[in-house]
Amino acid sequence: MDSRWHGRLALGLLLAPALLWLGALIILPHVDLAVLSFRERVGPRQYAASLTQYRTFFAEPLYWHVFLRTAVMSVIATLLTLLLAFPIAWIIAKLARGRAGSLLFIICLIPFWVSETVRTLGWMILLRESGVLPALLVKLGLTAMPVELLYRDATILVGLVYTSLLFMVVPLVSSLESLDNSLIEAAYDLGAGGFSILRSIVIPHAAPGITAGCIVVFMLTLGNYLTPTLLGGKNSQWFTEQIYTQFITRFNWEQGAAFGFLLLALSTALVILGLAVSGQRFGDVMRRT
Amino acid sequence: MSTPDLVADAVVKRFADHLAVDSLSFSVERGSFFSILGPSGCGKTTLLRMIAGFIAPDGGDIAIGGKSMRDVPPNRRPVNMVFQQLALFPMMSVGENVAFGLARRGTPKAERLRRSNAMLERVGLGNAADKRVDELSGGQRQRVAIARSLVLEPTLLLLDEPLGALDLKLREHMKIELKQLQASFGTTFVYITHDQSEALVLSDHVGVMSHGRFEQLGTPQDLYYRPQTPFVAGFVGANNRIVGRTTQTDGAIAEIATADGWSVRALKIGAIAAGSAVEVFVRPEVAILARSEAQLPPDQPRHAGEVQSVLFDGANSAVLLQEARTRREFRIALPQTGQFSDLKPQEKVVFSFDPSRAVCFAARSGTEGQDA
Repeated sequence: MDSRWHGRLALGLLLAPALLWLGALIILPHVDLAVLSFRERVGPRQYAASLTQYRTFFAEPLYWHVFLRTAVMSVIATLLTLLLAFPIAWIIAKLARGRAGSLLFIICLIPFWVSETVRTLGWMILLRESGVLPALLVKLGLTAMPVELLYRDATILVGLVYTSLLFMVVPLVSSLESLDNSLIEAAYDLGAGGFSILRSIVIPHAAPGITAGCIVVFMLTLGNYLTPTLLGGKNSQWFTEQIYTQFITRFNWEQGAAFGFLLLALSTALVILGLAVSGQRFGDVMRRT
Repeated sequence: MSTPDLVADAVVKRFADHLAVDSLSFSVERGSFFSILGPSGCGKTTLLRMIAGFIAPDGGDIAIGGKSMRDVPPNRRPVNMVFQQLALFPMMSVGENVAFGLARRGTPKAERLRRSNAMLERVGLGNAADKRVDELSGGQRQRVAIARSLVLEPTLLLLDEPLGALDLKLREHMKIELKQLQASFGTTFVYITHDQSEALVLSDHVGVMSHGRFEQLGTPQDLYYRPQTPFVAGFVGANNRIVGRTTQTDGAIAEIATADGWSVRALKIGAIAAGSAVEVFVRPEVAILARSEAQLPPDQPRHAGEVQSVLFDGANSAVLLQEARTRREFRIALPQTGQFSDLKPQEKVVFSFDPSRAVCFAARSGTEGQDA
C-alpha cells in the first residue's frame, strides 16, 4: 500500500512541470478566452453573456472569407511541403550513405539556426521590386522592368513551405528509414514498377509519418503570423492577422477571443478530417513524430 | 535434352578492388534443384542478385529460359526470389501478398483471387488468406513467401538462405518441405546457402563456391565421396585433415608422412609430385575403430590412439582420439551397434581406414605445414 502511494507521488512530481505548464499556460488562458468570447460589452465595464462575437464572424463576409482563404492556403502549403519533402526524405533515408545522409539533414536544419524573422526578411531582400531576383530577371532579359515579387499568394506559399520543410522531412525520414529495403526489392522482383512500388509499399508504410508531418506543418502554417504578414503585406489576409487586429488595434478582446476559438475549431476539424481520409489513428501518428 | 533454364557464361562482377564473382560459367537443367554452397563472402549472394537482376554483371551473360537477360530489369525477368528475411509485405494480408505479382501483371481480380487461393491451398495454408502476415508462424511465412513467387509460375525460383532465420527443429522440417514442394511443382530452384547439410539434402546439383569461383560442381554424392579440391573436402561434411609430405607417390595411393613422423596412405587427387606438401582428408565414418588389432581389416594400415572424449549425439555419435605417437586429434564416427557404448577417455584403441577412401591433394599455397 505504502509503496504504491510513494510510486504515485513520484509519478505526480515527475509530471508536475508538464502539468503546470499545460494548466497555467494553455488551459487557464483558454478558459479565460472562452469566457471572453461568449460575452458582449453593453456599457462601460458592463458585460453580458451573448453570442454576438460569433454572429459577427458569420455576418461579416470579410471575416469568413479570410478564414476560408487561410484554411485553403494552409492545405495547399502543406501538400506542397509534402511533395517537396518526400524526395528529400527519400534521398536522406535510402540513397545517401553514411556521412552524405547526415550532411543533407544538416543542410535542411541550418536555416533554422536563424530566426524566422531574419529568414523572412531574407526572402524580402531577394524578392522585392528593387531586390536581387527582379534585377536578375531584367539582366537576363526576361522582363523589361523589375517586377514586384512580394505581396503575391505564390510568395506567401514559398515562404510557408520554406519555413515548414524541416518539420515534414524529419517524420518522413524516420518512417522511410524503417522501411526494409528488401520489401522494395521483393515488390520489384514480383513485377512492380516504380510507381506501383511507391503506391503499394512505400506510401502505406510511411503513412503514419506522412500524416504526422502533415498535421505538424498544417498547424504551424495555419497559426503562422510572421511569414504571411511580411511576404504578403496587405494582400496576405491571414486569419491570425485578424485576431491580432482585434486584440491589439481594435482592443476588442471579445471578438479576438471568438476568432481564436474559431481557428482552433478549424484546425481540429481539418486534422480529424485528414486522419479519417488517410485512415490513421492519432495515437499511432504521434508515436512516429 | 531441353535447353537449360539457367545458363551463366563467364559472369564477372567486381566491387572496387574486390573480385566478387570471377568469370563463372554453369548451367542448371529444367526442373532441377541447384544449390550454390559457400562460406559468407564467397560471392554467392552477388551471383544470386545478378540472376535476379538487382545488379548487372561487369562481364559475361546470364540466360534464363534460353533468353539473354542483359538489360532486363528484375520486374521483367521470368525469375522470382524468396528473400532471406522473406520480405512479406506487412501492410497486406496473406492473400494480398500472394496475389501481388498477379495484380502487377494486370490479371483480373476474380482470376487473381482464384489462383492465389489455389496456391495457398497447395502449400497447406488454405484458410490463411485473410490473416495478417504477423499472425503466421515462421514456417507458415516461409510457405507464403514461396507461394507468392510460385503463383507467378516463374522459370526459375531463387532462394536466398530462406531457412537461415528459423530455429533448428523448424529448419529440419522446412528442408523436407522445400524438397517436396520443388518436386511437386517441378519449378527449377536455385538455392544459396552456407549450410552444407541443406545443400546436400535438397539438391540435385551443388556448386561449391569460394572466392568467386566454383571449386567443384556436382551431385551431393560427388562432393561428399569424390571431392576434387581440398576446399571442398574441408567444407562439405566433417573431415579429418592431416598435413604432411609425400614419401612415395607411385600408383594411385600415395604415402604421406607428417612433420612429426606419422605415416598415412591416401588416394591421390590431381597431380602430386614426390616429396611435395599435401593435405590428406579422412572422413570420420571411413575410419574403423577397434579395441584390438585383430578386429581391424587385415589389409589396412593400422594406427594406435587414445580416447580423448566421446561425443555422444545419437546416430551422429563420434569419438575424438589422439594418435598415439603425435598426439594429433582424429575423429571417428561410432558404429550404431553399441559395441563402443562403454568407451572411456584415456582408453587405448586402434583404428584403420581404407586408403582408397581417404583423399590427398597438393597443399594450397599458404596452408603448407599448418594443421586444421
